Amino acid sequence: MIRVQLIQASYLAAAALFVLSLRWLSNPRTARRGVVAGVSGMAAAVGGTLIDPQIVSYHWIAVAVAIGTLLGVPLSRVPLTAVPQRTALSHSFGGLAAGLVGTAKYMLWLQDGQLTAFRTAAIAVEVILGYLTFTGSLMAAGKLQEIIPTRPITYKGQNFINLSLLAIAVLASVVVVIHPQMWQLFLLVIVLSLVFGVLLIMPIGGADMPTVISLLNSYAGLSAVAMGFVLDNKLLITAGALDGSSGFILSVIMSKAMNRSFTNVLFGAFGQVHASAAAAEARSVKSGTPQDAADLLGNASRVVIVPGYGMAVSQAQHRVKEIYDQLVKRGIEVKFAIHPVAGRMPGHMNVLLAEAEVPYEALIEMDDINRDLPQTDVVLVVGANDVVNPAARNDPKSPIYGMPIIDADRAKFVIANKRSMNPGFAGIDNDLYYADNTLMVFGDAKTVLGEIVKALAGDGAGH
Amino acid sequence: MPTLDLWSMAFVFLLATFVGFQVIQNVSRLLHTPLMSLTNAISAIAVVGSLLIAGEEKTVLSTVLGAVAVAASVTNIVSGFLITDRMLKMFRERGPRS
Repeated sequence: MIRVQLIQASYLAAAALFVLSLRWLSNPRTARRGVVAGVSGMAAAVGGTLIDPQIVSYHWIAVAVAIGTLLGVPLSRVPLTAVPQRTALSHSFGGLAAGLVGTAKYMLWLQDGQLTAFRTAAIAVEVILGYLTFTGSLMAAGKLQEIIPTRPITYKGQNFINLSLLAIAVLASVVVVIHPQMWQLFLLVIVLSLVFGVLLIMPIGGADMPTVISLLNSYAGLSAVAMGFVLDNKLLITAGALDGSSGFILSVIMSKAMNRSFTNVLFGAFGQVHASAAAAEARSVKSGTPQDAADLLGNASRVVIVPGYGMAVSQAQHRVKEIYDQLVKRGIEVKFAIHPVAGRMPGHMNVLLAEAEVPYEALIEMDDINRDLPQTDVVLVVGANDVVNPAARNDPKSPIYGMPIIDADRAKFVIANKRSMNPGFAGIDNDLYYADNTLMVFGDAKTVLGEIVKALAGDGAGH
Repeated sequence: MPTLDLWSMAFVFLLATFVGFQVIQNVSRLLHTPLMSLTNAISAIAVVGSLLIAGEEKTVLSTVLGAVAVAASVTNIVSGFLITDRMLKMFRERGPRS
């Protein structure tokens, strides 16, 4: 009896520590304390579970923990540019665990004749959410790692097929709740959820990944909540709800930053909309050398750097930091403009720049930096495209019209680095590149920025 | 009573969701990537259910499913906390050279 109290007390402590953990994450100064709280909470929860009298053998647990640790350590050491795919992969593991536990519980309770309607319904929710998160997140990870083509894969009637699959899975679940012994239907629910996860992510392209990863994060949390309902465990419900609400808030922020709704992200197939918009007449751009860019930057007194996914792709964050250092050394004020959906997951740019040792006070959110841009001498755009496209403000016909952007065009000069004039992911022409005060510097971001650094360093030595 | 349990669980879910909304809204946008990896690790609390199923060894199949679930959850716990800490270490107020 004392043991039961002890287990519940450790779960209660774990719940409190998880809330504190997220609370401390609100500020970079206290954030690392949040990790300590999270680890302590997890230790309390696992410790409490291990003394549960239900556990008769630790043999398989030990093997599984060893495997998990062996997989987990290398996964925590991936380069930071690969963090989005690592995150997607861990959502998929979370979904898998929920799905498997639900499946095992169904079988065990079916055998013992303990399948109440409520338990079966909770298991059905857990299994659907768990398995669709499993395959959906695997697909997302595959796209981010570029094992699977990143462009949206669409076909006629796609949404109809996807929604029908989901509807059949839900219907089958309802029948299983009424007749729990119909395990064939339960198997069908599992298979349909696995397939639905794949089909759901197929039409989604790279630029929508921040929203989709957040949404999958939310599903992974909710599947843990469902597991809590199945096992009558309030710690699972609490921790799952924290994760679920976090993912939900992030998805709302991400879709607002793209001026789109959830349904539009999931069922809109972004790429399709723009295929026709890509064909634009040839217009002339002003292109310059890295030396020209260095001259412009060196003579500015206020510079704003706008990073985008292109910076991550070419791993140019360290070159960006060197430019930052060169300019700061000359007494130039340098800030970074961070668009919420720049990159492939929420906060992606911040982490990359933090890795390059850019102090975080220099990383400014879109709304705050937009106030400064009219007084900015030079904006340097590194691998960003749609997030600085003035069409979002000016052209009601543009597919991205209404999306909040960084007003790079309001600065005195713009330097934009791109590999070529090919339009970005969305395939939308960007007027910013044709403006009179824009200088295009073509080439790989890492190489071009390296040359700008060299030119700046050379100038500095000459003075 | 199962019905009573359902309602108390629903209360916990509701309150935890509200707490989650409040707490997460205060997280700086700067830290959204570490936030996601931290909540990832926390939601690997699924390990609790997985441990029970792997440890009670009722049937071969349930033990295997439980063990795979334990391995998946432990992977998330280990990698989630480690990478969160690794990322947070990088956020500093002033770079060492400036």
